[in-house]
Amino acid sequence: MTWLKPSWQAVLAIALCMIAVVFKDPNAGFNYWQSWGPMIGLAVLASLISMIRLAPVVEALILLIGAHLVAWMLIRGIGSFEGEVLIPYLVALIAAWVLGINLAMLAPYFLLLTSAWLLAWRGVAVLSSLQPTEKWARIALRLIIPAIFGAWILIIWEAVTRGAGIPFILLPPPSAIGARIANSLPILGSDVRQTIFKAVLIGYVAGNLAGFAVAILADRVPFLRRGLLPIGNMVSALPIIGVAPIMVMWFGFDWPSKAAVVIIMTFFPMLVNTVAGLAASGHMERDLMRTYASGYWPTLLKLRLPAAMPFIFNALKINSTLALIGAIVAEFFGTPVVGMGFRISTEVGRMNIDMVWAEIAVAALAGSVFYGVVALIERAVTFWHPSVRGG
Amino acid sequence: MDSFRSKIIPVTTILAGVVVLWYVFAVILNAPFQRDLDQRGNETPSTVEFIGKTLSQPKPTMPAPHQVAVNFFENTFLRSVTSNRSLVYNAWVTLSSTLLGFAFGTALGIVIAVGIVHVATLDRSLMPWIIASQTIPILAVAPMIIVVLAAIGITGLIPKALISTYLSFFPVAVGMVKGLRSPELMHLDLMHTYSASASQTFWKLRVPASVPFLFTSMKVAVAASLVGAIVGELPTGAVAGIGAKLLAGAYYSQTIDIWSALVAGSIVAALLVMVVGIAGRLVDRAMGGRPA
Repeated sequence: MTWLKPSWQAVLAIALCMIAVVFKDPNAGFNYWQSWGPMIGLAVLASLISMIRLAPVVEALILLIGAHLVAWMLIRGIGSFEGEVLIPYLVALIAAWVLGINLAMLAPYFLLLTSAWLLAWRGVAVLSSLQPTEKWARIALRLIIPAIFGAWILIIWEAVTRGAGIPFILLPPPSAIGARIANSLPILGSDVRQTIFKAVLIGYVAGNLAGFAVAILADRVPFLRRGLLPIGNMVSALPIIGVAPIMVMWFGFDWPSKAAVVIIMTFFPMLVNTVAGLAASGHMERDLMRTYASGYWPTLLKLRLPAAMPFIFNALKINSTLALIGAIVAEFFGTPVVGMGFRISTEVGRMNIDMVWAEIAVAALAGSVFYGVVALIERAVTFWHPSVRGG
Repeated sequence: MDSFRSKIIPVTTILAGVVVLWYVFAVILNAPFQRDLDQRGNETPSTVEFIGKTLSQPKPTMPAPHQVAVNFFENTFLRSVTSNRSLVYNAWVTLSSTLLGFAFGTALGIVIAVGIVHVATLDRSLMPWIIASQTIPILAVAPMIIVVLAAIGITGLIPKALISTYLSFFPVAVGMVKGLRSPELMHLDLMHTYSASASQTFWKLRVPASVPFLFTSMKVAVAASLVGAIVGELPTGAVAGIGAKLLAGAYYSQTIDIWSALVAGSIVAALLVMVVGIAGRLVDRAMGGRPA
């Protein structure tokens, strides 16, 4: 048996395929029977091959290709019966299953989906047990594994929403959201311009600069530091987002009020982190600077600010998320007829849920890009830090 | 105690400065409207009278601290607790969904952390997504969750609590992963020499080691959870809760109401963080921790 190494995922996947074959009911009205044989065959074949002792890379490749092909065929096959099977029907099915009645209709579909998912799981497990020595391979693995996980979230989302006929209003499938994004690029673009390029960026820059300046001031005046730090820590726990209606009242409906909310939200994290960071340089280094007879400003610029950079970037990262949240939520309190928060709240009211999801996808993308850019700049600036150097 | 005393003077000085600045700004911001009003009424008040008037407008641009304090006091202590204008009632509505969401979020965070620490596949595949999930401005989803769940008949506490859950699971998950991994190799080796099983190592070494991390992250989580509950109340059509109070105040320009709702929210936040902190200290002491 040395050439065989069973894995529970593969065995379970084969078992599920077998059950699916038993439950198969050609009269069920589904349209995917023509690809039925290939799907079952592929799943079983991939499971069987994966249990032969192979190079792990080959095994993972076979598993992942098999799993994704099956999933792709499944989702393509359901194109024609989406919406037929509504939630009440699913509930009835579950009830039937509990009562021990034959559930021939949907079972094969979900059994196959589950076995494809198990295969992908096994593939990812194999991949994550790899310990490559080359740097590029490690980086590639670090990207591929989460990417597969994300892909399966989308696959299962798509397959379940369409397969089980979940009402469009409740949760539209990713493909519909993608189509909506592609169709309404101009609207999304103008929303992004209004919310992100005006409110978020201006507020983010101003808030961080203000926090930084006050932190330097507090550093010069110890009395101020002792007073401001506890207050800053305290404020970070408060629901600052509540100032949004006040800012809208003061600065009007357009972007300045949103930028003001963002400034207030980003100010305190920056203040607290910069003050903590300025205390981060060690006594030895500071004494060294004193022996060089360097005054306050040269010491600040050449020693303490660089040493504070990890803290400052921590604040910048926290603030990148806070800024987006602040701007979008502030728009719930009143806007001109453009902006991401405005679009979300009005389209929810009109039950255009796919548009809301499109807006959320754009916001998620913008948030991730924002965070990623800050993280990249951080790597470039704090190249000396152990956490970057060691990577 | 010494550090406390060295802090209290600067803190009170700065707070006093904030109050003074607040009064100054209240006068400056309310002045244009008051001047306009006086002109129409053909009144020429003296400077002192004028300042007095700017600080006692019924719907000021910026309410003065004492106006907020009076409004807060009236709505907290003088109204019956069941009245829907009572801040105690509204704070309670928000607090209940905060606590429910916080409980869900903490449980979810702990479960995810245990999974990540024990299953390598989850560690490699889930962890990046957990971090990415927080770069998403998820509060934007709040109105949709509320409206959609209302469309299928789920209203009240649960939708708001779900938003709180989403916001509070992240700090707990990240903190717990750190905490469960905090035992050093030496300690793990020691457990190994005792031939401890995986579950014994987990319960007797990893869990106790993670408790301080858990409480630190729970403090962050409970504050986030309150924000989630408040934002969750915005799109519900202003029924009750601190968020609803904010929205109603914004609709009717009741600025004083907005400010006192903000004060109420801040007090609830401070109390929640304090309670979690005290609970953490009690648990620490019960487990035999010595003050550092």
